[in-house]
Amino acid sequence: MTLRSRISWRDLGAEALAGLLQRPGRSALTALGTVLGVSAFVAVLGITGTAGNQIDERFTALAATQVVVEDVGPPDMPASEGSFGPDSSARVQALNGVVHAGVWWPVPAKKPSISAAYGVVTGTEDLRFLAVEDGALSATHPKLQQGRLYDRFHSERGERVAVLGAVAASRLGVTRLDGQPAVFVDERPYTVIGIVSEVDRLPEALFSVMIPLSTAESDYGMPEQAAAKMLIETRLGAATVVAEQVAVALRPEAPERFRVISPVSPRSLHDSVLGDVNLLFVLLATISLVIGAFGIANTTLVGILERTSEIGLRRSLGARRWHIGAQFIMESTILGLLGGLVGTSLGVITVVIVSLAQQWTAVIAPWIIFPAPLVGAAAGLVAGIYPAWRAAATEPVEALRRLG
Amino acid sequence: MTPVIRLVDACRTFPGPPPVQALHPVNLTVEPGTYLTVVGPSGSGKSTLLNILGLLDRPSAGVYEFEGADVSELNDRSRTAIRAHQVGFVFQSFHLMPLRTATENVALAQLYAGAGRRQRMLDAGIALERVGLGHRRSSLSNTMSGGERQRVAIARAIVHRPSLLLCDEPTGNLDTATADGVLDLLDELHRDGMTLVVITHASEVAARGQRTVTIRDGRLS
Ligand SMILES: Nc1ncnc2c1ncn2[C@@H]1O[C@H](COP(=O)(O)OP(=O)(O)OP(=O)(O)O)[C@@H](O)[C@H]1O
Ligand SMILES: [Mg+2]
Repeated sequence: MTLRSRISWRDLGAEALAGLLQRPGRSALTALGTVLGVSAFVAVLGITGTAGNQIDERFTALAATQVVVEDVGPPDMPASEGSFGPDSSARVQALNGVVHAGVWWPVPAKKPSISAAYGVVTGTEDLRFLAVEDGALSATHPKLQQGRLYDRFHSERGERVAVLGAVAASRLGVTRLDGQPAVFVDERPYTVIGIVSEVDRLPEALFSVMIPLSTAESDYGMPEQAAAKMLIETRLGAATVVAEQVAVALRPEAPERFRVISPVSPRSLHDSVLGDVNLLFVLLATISLVIGAFGIANTTLVGILERTSEIGLRRSLGARRWHIGAQFIMESTILGLLGGLVGTSLGVITVVIVSLAQQWTAVIAPWIIFPAPLVGAAAGLVAGIYPAWRAAATEPVEALRRLG
Repeated sequence: MTPVIRLVDACRTFPGPPPVQALHPVNLTVEPGTYLTVVGPSGSGKSTLLNILGLLDRPSAGVYEFEGADVSELNDRSRTAIRAHQVGFVFQSFHLMPLRTATENVALAQLYAGAGRRQRMLDAGIALERVGLGHRRSSLSNTMSGGERQRVAIARAIVHRPSLLLCDEPTGNLDTATADGVLDLLDELHRDGMTLVVITHASEVAARGQRTVTIRDGRLS
């Protein structure tokens, strides 16, 4: 006699589904916790991902088009002249992808005192005095408040002209240019031809008195070693390549005299900005998911107590303990899966609405969307374990004694 | 012929507190094709006996042989398999699934016997035909009358052609006319050769059987 009691997975699934559909309202309410948990998950990850993408774009525009070259001098020989030669910017301009390039350094004024009137020095101690090549000035994207920038013509003639940063101008009391005002550095007069109100790069320019390179060279001599830097603006996407080539282009025989600072990787920047925020919200989403799972566990347990006589009946009809347990686990897993599906949809809708309101492009990675319903199912599965165990442990005689 | 049921000094004690000796040691042999009725007052141990006969419960001591095999020491899995294939139960309170049709309720009896869905539904239809409910196959069970429900319960108990049909007060909730219909149905099953054990406390029901045993305070006579 080899009789067995058995049931196919398909029939088991059909029984589980029928059990759920018998109480549709309660099933929906039970799944609500998972719906909230999973939709919170998807919304949080989706919104932070979308926001991260916007931050990416903003950083990328500036950071990915900038290369800075620093003069570090020859490794062993101290105190030679600076590493940038007179034709540095011309050499770099010749590289493919370079938009603007120029050298700048702090001018070594012997008695650095800056004032708007001869001999008067007040409140200008923290202002800076920079030699800035016109190419470097262009690379900062200066926004002129008044006047004009100096150009190659001023440089070649070594004219004593200056462009002021807006902060420097207001400290010095220079407000209008029509009277051809001058600023005095070490008692030498420089005619102010322009005031810059904003820059995208080299923020210290706003605190500076900037003069052409050749003017600085003739008044103060060459820069000290390791003081000069070069600012390069490249076309989008070209910065990495330019950074690789620039040292050799500047000094083919001694590229080691330069340190090249290439763009920050936008990805790592965004990760560090968003990491903390993400973690907090993912924690909150996890908590709501856990609460959802407890909701399922609780309702399934109550449902099992109500369905004791059904369990007894099934046992009397030949269901094994395992069959009973599997049916209830399936019920809670299906519930979790349905909750997860609805939750994923709600989460995606939330991300889209938020993105529309912020005028962002919604970005949701597939690795968030596809596993999300499974997360719900997993929550349901875990939630069903204890109730299913209780159901399986029900003694058929006891179960049938209760009327129902 | 091997008896369907053979109880040797089988008893059942519920470990209290206080402990209840629901069934004193009984000896009972039921040959195949017998229509046995069990009568006794409320609380006398009828359901306890039926649960043991149907392998839902084990005797605390003694031997129970079902179709010649000792089943009192079998593991739960094998006992469950015997329930699925060889025993049919008709409960006093129907125990139908309320939101399922008559056919679905009857088909449930073969769900754990490994039959395919189509076969189950087919057999269920035939069994309902047999109990005179062919026209109500797709009615929901909670829209049916008491007599109809009891007949659905009987159809469910016989759909898998068990070797033993156990009925616990099959007419307890029915008026006389409906009860007669159900009893006629049991007679018919008996004529077809099925072994029946029917519990009742009504003597006119007991009289329908071939053989009647009385149980009083857990003692069989
Ligand atoms: N699980 C149990 N624990 C303790 N006592 C029990 C248990 N099951 C039954 N009994 C007791 O055993 C005795 C017999 O119960 P049983 O249900 O067999 O009676 P019955 O003859 O079927 O009565 P009725 O006609 O009312 O259905 C009763 O006194 C009952 O209280
Ligand atoms: Mg009883």
